[in-house]
Amino acid sequence: MLKSKAFSRQTRQGKVVKEVREHYLRDDIYCGVPYCYNKKTEDNDKGCDISSARLSDSPSTTILVLDTNVVLNQIDLLENPAMDNVVVLSVVLSEVKNKNIAVYNRLRALCSNSLRKFYVFSNEHHKDTYVTAMAGESPNDRNDRAIRKAAKWYQDHLGDAASVLLITNDRENKKKAIEEGISAETIECYVKSLGQPELLDLIVQPPSEDVIMDDVEDLRPSKRKVIYNEHKPMSEITSGLLRGLLHQGKLRVNRFNPFEAYVGSESIGDEIIIYGRANINRAFDGDIVAVELLPQEQWHEEKSLALADEEDEEEDVHLAPNSADDAPRVMNQGQTAPEETKPSRPTGRVVGIIKRNWHSYCGSLEPMPMPAGDGGRAHALFVSKDRRFPKIRIQTRQLGNLLDKRIIVAVDSWDRLSRFPTGHYVRTIGEIGDRDTETEVVLIENDIDARPFSAQVLACLPPLPWSVSSQDLTNPIRQDLRHLRVCSVDPPGCKDIDDALHCMPLPNGNFEVGVHIADVTNFVHPGTPLDDEASQRGTSVYLVERRIDMLPKPLTEDICSLRSDVERLAFSVIWEMTPDAEIISTRYTKSVIKSCAALSYVEAQARMDDSRLVDPITSDLRNLNKLAKIMRQRRIDRGALTLASAEVKFQIDTETHDPLDIGMYQIREANQMIEEFMLAANVAVAEQILKHFPLCALLRRHPSPTKEMLEPLLRTAEAVGLSLDVTSSKALADSLDRAKGDDPYFNKLIRILATRCMTQAVYFCSGDLSPPEYLHYGLASLLYTHFTSPIRRYADVIVHRLLAASLGIYKLPGVFQDRPKLTSISDNLNYRHRNAQMASRASVELHTLIFFRKRPTDTEARIVKIRSNGFIVFVPKYGIEGPVYLTPKGDKGGEWTVDEKQQKIRKLDGSVSYGVLGTVRIHMEVVEPQPNRPKLQLTLV
Amino acid sequence: MEYVNPEGLRLDGRRPMEMRQLRAEIGVVSRADGSASFEMGNTKVIAAVYGPREVQNRSQQMNDQALVRCEYSMANFSTGDRRRKTKGDRRSTEISLVIRQTMEACILTNLMPRSQIDIYVQVLQADGGTRSACINAATLALADAGIPMRDLVTSCSAGYLNSTPLLDLNYLEDSAGGADVTVGILPKLDKVTLLQMDAKLPMDIFENVMQLAVEGCKAVDSYIREILLENTKTLEIHRGV
Repeated sequence: MLKSKAFSRQTRQGKVVKEVREHYLRDDIYCGVPYCYNKKTEDNDKGCDISSARLSDSPSTTILVLDTNVVLNQIDLLENPAMDNVVVLSVVLSEVKNKNIAVYNRLRALCSNSLRKFYVFSNEHHKDTYVTAMAGESPNDRNDRAIRKAAKWYQDHLGDAASVLLITNDRENKKKAIEEGISAETIECYVKSLGQPELLDLIVQPPSEDVIMDDVEDLRPSKRKVIYNEHKPMSEITSGLLRGLLHQGKLRVNRFNPFEAYVGSESIGDEIIIYGRANINRAFDGDIVAVELLPQEQWHEEKSLALADEEDEEEDVHLAPNSADDAPRVMNQGQTAPEETKPSRPTGRVVGIIKRNWHSYCGSLEPMPMPAGDGGRAHALFVSKDRRFPKIRIQTRQLGNLLDKRIIVAVDSWDRLSRFPTGHYVRTIGEIGDRDTETEVVLIENDIDARPFSAQVLACLPPLPWSVSSQDLTNPIRQDLRHLRVCSVDPPGCKDIDDALHCMPLPNGNFEVGVHIADVTNFVHPGTPLDDEASQRGTSVYLVERRIDMLPKPLTEDICSLRSDVERLAFSVIWEMTPDAEIISTRYTKSVIKSCAALSYVEAQARMDDSRLVDPITSDLRNLNKLAKIMRQRRIDRGALTLASAEVKFQIDTETHDPLDIGMYQIREANQMIEEFMLAANVAVAEQILKHFPLCALLRRHPSPTKEMLEPLLRTAEAVGLSLDVTSSKALADSLDRAKGDDPYFNKLIRILATRCMTQAVYFCSGDLSPPEYLHYGLASLLYTHFTSPIRRYADVIVHRLLAASLGIYKLPGVFQDRPKLTSISDNLNYRHRNAQMASRASVELHTLIFFRKRPTDTEARIVKIRSNGFIVFVPKYGIEGPVYLTPKGDKGGEWTVDEKQQKIRKLDGSVSYGVLGTVRIHMEVVEPQPNRPKLQLTLV
Repeated sequence: MEYVNPEGLRLDGRRPMEMRQLRAEIGVVSRADGSASFEMGNTKVIAAVYGPREVQNRSQQMNDQALVRCEYSMANFSTGDRRRKTKGDRRSTEISLVIRQTMEACILTNLMPRSQIDIYVQVLQADGGTRSACINAATLALADAGIPMRDLVTSCSAGYLNSTPLLDLNYLEDSAGGADVTVGILPKLDKVTLLQMDAKLPMDIFENVMQLAVEGCKAVDSYIREILLENTKTLEIHRGV
């Protein structure tokens, strides 16, 4: 049956056009009920085809038909397995899609999940359930009518065999449904009838029923006032944006100070800073907001207010940051000096939220006494683990259960009258402080997919046991390099070996040096589920006690891993080098290699150092090391920075997985040797792919730090009487070399502080930027990419494909012609890469806490920053950083004064003073100020 | 955008392998020697055939075969927004040529030397797949005019969106940016007389899509034959046989 659908639409130019579309109604859309009496049989070909039925096969289970508002608000409840046997109507799906794409995706996931009984009924194309809009009927009313009609159809279709229940929270809709003889219920009543009280927590309370909440507020009349300014209506925001009065951008909350946020605005070309909760005005991190600039004279005074605000927040001990992205943003305190009153950055306030970025958050409930009547509804405040998010008020009936648990909470609304947003409980992760729970929290917070690989992905793997076939050997694109003496050097216990080296003296006195990288793209083909999964994961994640692979284990640890004494496929970069490490020629080829030794850094180093050993591998290693040293020196002369970070290493108990010891990660010559050749291979590959594909090469760049970012470093250096030249990376490298104090650790400390000022390197697509921007500042290289770890990084997989295409081995996959797609891939890689790093750091922090729980320690620490009531110290031995308070909390100094210029804090009587970079002895101990919330505390000895 | 939802329905409710509703009528322009209108869903075209008749421009006359001319145009009201279309723009010149070549391949031109056949096609309402509809209408009109042909040419398009081959794209699917394969065949002889594709497709997928379009052409053919048969029967009745 053909219907035509006519509607008016406004085009981008603002013209109104009438659209007419065909709309076919069908008789082959089935009810999805396995026990349907009208099923298709040989003599009844008009009946329902039940082969694709997804609903429950027992007629006693009620079939639920959901209204749109129920789906939009209660998606967390629907994801609970207790809600099942649900019919999702296509009209509901399309309404949800228009209103909230995130909820739509979750609903779609439910519908395709084979464990859940969710059936999509295309009522809009079914001949009996289609409804045409009546004259004067609003689209909403029409859709409600369509839902009722579909529910009615189900009831009539199944007859007395099953009960069909329409679930709607719309009072009008429910009333009409009951009038039409459809059984209808609100979600609360239905959940109550299930008799599972914990499900009730998942229900989102509609704002109109928030009466009890108001009673609570009334107890504190002072708080019962309008806290936030009203958000402007959308029309006003649009016109404000058009006239340039307002500015649009994504809100980013400072990770270390939730009362400070930034909005990157394209219309100003700068970041707008927003201070204070009132000015942030209920916006969350990641929301798209409209911002109004404050008058210039207010740009300053807000700053000091925010500082005062900040002092209230307690700071935690955390891992020392490795780059500017991880470190707290430092406010330019130097600007308080009178000669610099001109504020450099615009300040504003949020006047409207264009798009919310609400999702669910991980954290725990704020400790509170159990209310008298147990079992009833209780209100609690939820504190997110990520400090960027405000506390969230939730209602629960299982308070006693949840108090010591890590839970996930979703946000529902935030009105002007309440200080905190309202949300609801989603699920429990586990006990606070439990290692597995906390690890899961780390993974969830960083959006890391740690689920096992799906069957489709595993189906893409070659059959095991795998070995190099004769086809691979005879393949003309593959060179047989099995005769070469190849070896690999990796951290001890490394199973995913993706690089190996060889070095062969040539008769003319030169060396042939080869870097062999696991040929992952031979197994991961573009467009396969395996490739999609890997590109989604982006990188392997290394936690202290486990590794979350990007590729399934057989590939990671066996088929691709260049283990010793087995033949493996590789992608090789082979140079001819003079003994002075000048590259004479470079060639790239796919190859078959057979590694003869998989060494650890320690072993390799021991071999090179032991002068008695003269076996071929050792002499190869020595030759490589000699070349590497020359290359390294040349790189440093070019201005590469030798940066330092405080990486720590745990020894883990194999049975309990508790940390046994913790220490600085030691860097040996062997590490630097491998690093040098990997850098050289990456640079060589970057040149090759950019030459062949100037518009779609995936490269990695490291932007030069701005003066502003280096400011804290300069201030600290000045305080200790050191002058640093930051005009170029070369100048900075030189002045870092010259920075030698009287103690040996001084230089390293300065380097650590310098590293912290840099941003992280990022992936990008060469077509998106101009060549001067390709620069890698830290390596002082004009071009750089990642080629050497395809097992654990997806970027390298892409680069492998590009390189293979540049050699004419394979055709370039279609994605590379799609620039926006490529850009989104590189954005995802950056996001995943960053999250993986954050997760590793969080995992180290967690294990540090577990380690010190049983071992209070005294140790030496260095002061890195002075605060008004204490200072921040860095503990080199454990790589952690945290505050030491000189005055008790809440006591506003008094005894101590801070000297901004010299970065010193002094006791008023002048008896004691601490300066930046000075050494102090501290005591480290895990304390539990509140039950189940252990934290590491640093105190002066 | 989702052009085929997980339930296997397209935006307008068809399944991937389904065509839009076909409708045809013969003899809609009584002055012409043969005429027909043809609808594929919301695409509606009208075709009129004049000839075989004397060649208007003597210099074009051919002594061994007939001259076939074709003019394609779109009515100003055929798309939603009224736009004045210049006659002879690139697009219609190209489509005119495509239709002429396709029809020439099936008309037995050598039976009618020193004569001329004019085919006029006009799009009354456009909703994707106009060139297929035009070819189908022209076939019907030629048959109505009684012009000797090797076979009926029929045409249909197919595309590839959301990794699914789709038959008979409408305007919305056509403008999605995927490949659009238009095929014209002589169904009885099983020969292809027209094959056009914009955008790119890998070879193996292209073969599937083309196969689908050929299936579509065959379905159009059986419909057209039905219409012709019906038409002949009415003529029979009118003659009182």
